[in-house]
Amino acid sequence: MSDTLLAPGLADPAHDAQRLFRQVLDAMSHPGRIVTLDDAPSGPGALSPAATAFLLTLADRDTPVWLDTAFDLDAVRSFLRFHAGTPIVTTRGDAAFAVVSFDDPAPLDGFAIGTDTFPDRSATLVIEVPALQGGAPRTWRGPGIDGAARVAIAGPCEAFWRECAANHASFPCGVDIVFAAGNQLIAMPRSIAVEA
Amino acid sequence: MYVAVKGGEAAIAHSLDLIADRRRGDRGLDELTLEQIDQQLGLAVDRVMTEGSCYDRTLAALAIKQARGDLIEAIFLLRAYRTTLPRFGDSVPLDTAHMVPERRISAAFKDVPGGQVLGPTYDYTHRLLDFSLAAAGERPTAPTAPADTAQALPHVGDILAREGLLEPAPANDAPPQDLTREPLSFPADRPLRLQNLARGDEGFLLALGYSTQRGYGNNHPFVGEIRYGRVAVGFVPEELGFEIEIAEIEVTECDMVNQFAGSAEVPPQFTRGYGLAFGHAERKAIAMALVDRALRGAELSEGADSPAQDEEFVLAHSDNVEASGFVQHLKLPHYVDFQSELVVVRALRAEVEKRRAETAPLTQAAE
Amino acid sequence: MPDTHTQDPAYNYAYLDEQTKRMIRRAILKAVAVPGYQVPFGGREMPLPYGWGTGGIQVTAAIIGQADTLKVIDQGADDTTNAVSIRRFFARVAGVATTTATPEATIIQTRHRVPETPLMDGQILVFQVPIPEPLRMLEPRETETRTLHALQEYGVMQVSLYESIARHGRISKSYNYPVQVNGRYIMSPSPIPKFDNPKLDRSPALQLYGAGREKRIYAVPPYTPVKSLDFDDHPFEIESWSECCALCGSRESFLDEMIVDDQGKRLFVCSDTDYCEGRR
Repeated sequence: MSDTLLAPGLADPAHDAQRLFRQVLDAMSHPGRIVTLDDAPSGPGALSPAATAFLLTLADRDTPVWLDTAFDLDAVRSFLRFHAGTPIVTTRGDAAFAVVSFDDPAPLDGFAIGTDTFPDRSATLVIEVPALQGGAPRTWRGPGIDGAARVAIAGPCEAFWRECAANHASFPCGVDIVFAAGNQLIAMPRSIAVEA
Repeated sequence: MYVAVKGGEAAIAHSLDLIADRRRGDRGLDELTLEQIDQQLGLAVDRVMTEGSCYDRTLAALAIKQARGDLIEAIFLLRAYRTTLPRFGDSVPLDTAHMVPERRISAAFKDVPGGQVLGPTYDYTHRLLDFSLAAAGERPTAPTAPADTAQALPHVGDILAREGLLEPAPANDAPPQDLTREPLSFPADRPLRLQNLARGDEGFLLALGYSTQRGYGNNHPFVGEIRYGRVAVGFVPEELGFEIEIAEIEVTECDMVNQFAGSAEVPPQFTRGYGLAFGHAERKAIAMALVDRALRGAELSEGADSPAQDEEFVLAHSDNVEASGFVQHLKLPHYVDFQSELVVVRALRAEVEKRRAETAPLTQAAE
Repeated sequence: MPDTHTQDPAYNYAYLDEQTKRMIRRAILKAVAVPGYQVPFGGREMPLPYGWGTGGIQVTAAIIGQADTLKVIDQGADDTTNAVSIRRFFARVAGVATTTATPEATIIQTRHRVPETPLMDGQILVFQVPIPEPLRMLEPRETETRTLHALQEYGVMQVSLYESIARHGRISKSYNYPVQVNGRYIMSPSPIPKFDNPKLDRSPALQLYGAGREKRIYAVPPYTPVKSLDFDDHPFEIESWSECCALCGSRESFLDEMIVDDQGKRLFVCSDTDYCEGRR
């Protein structure tokens, strides 16, 4: 495929990446907060602008990316290889980042969760959801939240949230999650407890 | 109040001007050129390139000039420059068997294939100050024989290994970790340890290597061989898919051959210690080989009781840029912490005084 | 009003190359996700010496942008040599606006103090850390301390504090006083006086800690409980002075002691110069 068919990446790599990173950092340090990425590029179609921006900001040739079936497309692979130089891997356990569908039957399974001595050797999952609002409200508690936050992400089912609870229970190990919809995201690091 | 007042910016600006002035020294004398430093202080350039882990004679010479000959400061300058350079990839391993040698000696055998080549060294000089150097004047050039570039120069170690007397060279094609891009973690494998030692402070390695000779983890070393000369650097560009030669560099390599009593699984044989440095740096290469071998103590079931065998101790303290910075940071203001300590020490002293005052009459009564 | 500056085009924006920034950014996110855990990162040589704030500088370089206003303090003051040097560095390589006013700053890089003025949601406090491992002086081996953190086995720290009580009748640790973050990791708050420890607890600001020489980054997210270690019968307490600030009269701020004549006459002034000037 020729480069001219590729969607554009970050227009001003140093400054766009910096602004986007600060918004991602804002999200990660305030779990449950909806953060709008104004500079997010539209990306290669299947990926939301938020997921695209997240990967272009943080992924590179040192961070293998795993793509769920819905996103494992030529256009996405070429886009990430060209703009970020990321290796695309087919084994979940090899991934530093992953793009996962909210309706994946086992969305958190098989990714690196780190070890008790090196909990940082874990994957970060971008979970594409239909919307960040309008779902069943849940109460989030943990570092970054002043008391409690009410979050109503639309899409994931009960079984998904049970997996998240198991993920939190393995703290300090575990994956960190970023929910993406359109040009917005919500972060849920492993430190967060979710109640119905 | 050297810090607590406004005006710090101006004072710092003046300090910067002063150090630049002192660097230049007497304006009546010619300024050193980078070519002069490269040619006439070449061993300093070699050390700065090695511990600065950047092979560039001109930049190293510039660093030495800027640092007024303070080599650790020069190493720091080169490292700080190097860290921002883009990385194109990894070269293929150097093939030192195809070195064009300036010098090559073995201390283990009287003669070896390729011969003993003494080359340029201070080893056979008498350390008498040469007052003729204090005067200007041309020096005669030394006669040289053309180097035999076609002939491979087999490593003495490989000849021993063929007989099974020396352990085989470790075969490991896994890409090594890059110490300049990833943090050191323990336990470190040998490629990582060697990277650390190659960048390590020559004085620190020298002292550690020396300590092994004095019984702190003796590893019974023989210099199998030490060679210094030019080797080609190969690189395989992604778009070509085959190796091309991109440079030729000078290195010093030391293969140490060490006694080993053998273990339940392995019959007695000799083991290896390895040292490599940019340019001509035999002291560094030998010391590095001693420490490399000492750090294999655990692997060879020799224990790790001596400082040179202690991986965390050696690797965490070998870097002179880190060490110099942290030792000298003690010059920075610490008066907040000192004030905290003053408050606590005064309180502790007051309590001791109080207890003394309370117990004093009782002590008298008991007498 | 903040001072404005122009970036020196001879350098990458904020000095570091983009790949290095991404590596540090990834480490920062991991640090935020596991509060108090020291994330190893591929620390780079910086143009300032190790031990002089290279960890804090790398963290700041990885987060700073054109919209930021930077404040740099050392020992609480904006005018100490190291603070001046680091502020000049970022003014030059990032062209970032600088300020001495705590409320104006979006990023505050600090060595040894937390500002007296309470921090706000959205501000980031970047600490320069010399020795990130709180257990290091009790156990010099990284392999050992890493295991102790993994097992949450902190008895050695409790014993050390208790020995201090047994010897002196109180905990004699005055700065770099260990804390526990969100009930899990024991963390070094960097060599701030224990006077500042309470400011770390449930702070609305994000706290990022950078140790350049030791190549570790750790974090405390906003509103996260940070408890200074103590015992029921020996609760944590902070320094206090019988004097007040000779310049602004404050009795609430951390005071520096100065010897003003050769008879040993003392003068006490606020360590936080911005706070002190604001009150005069």
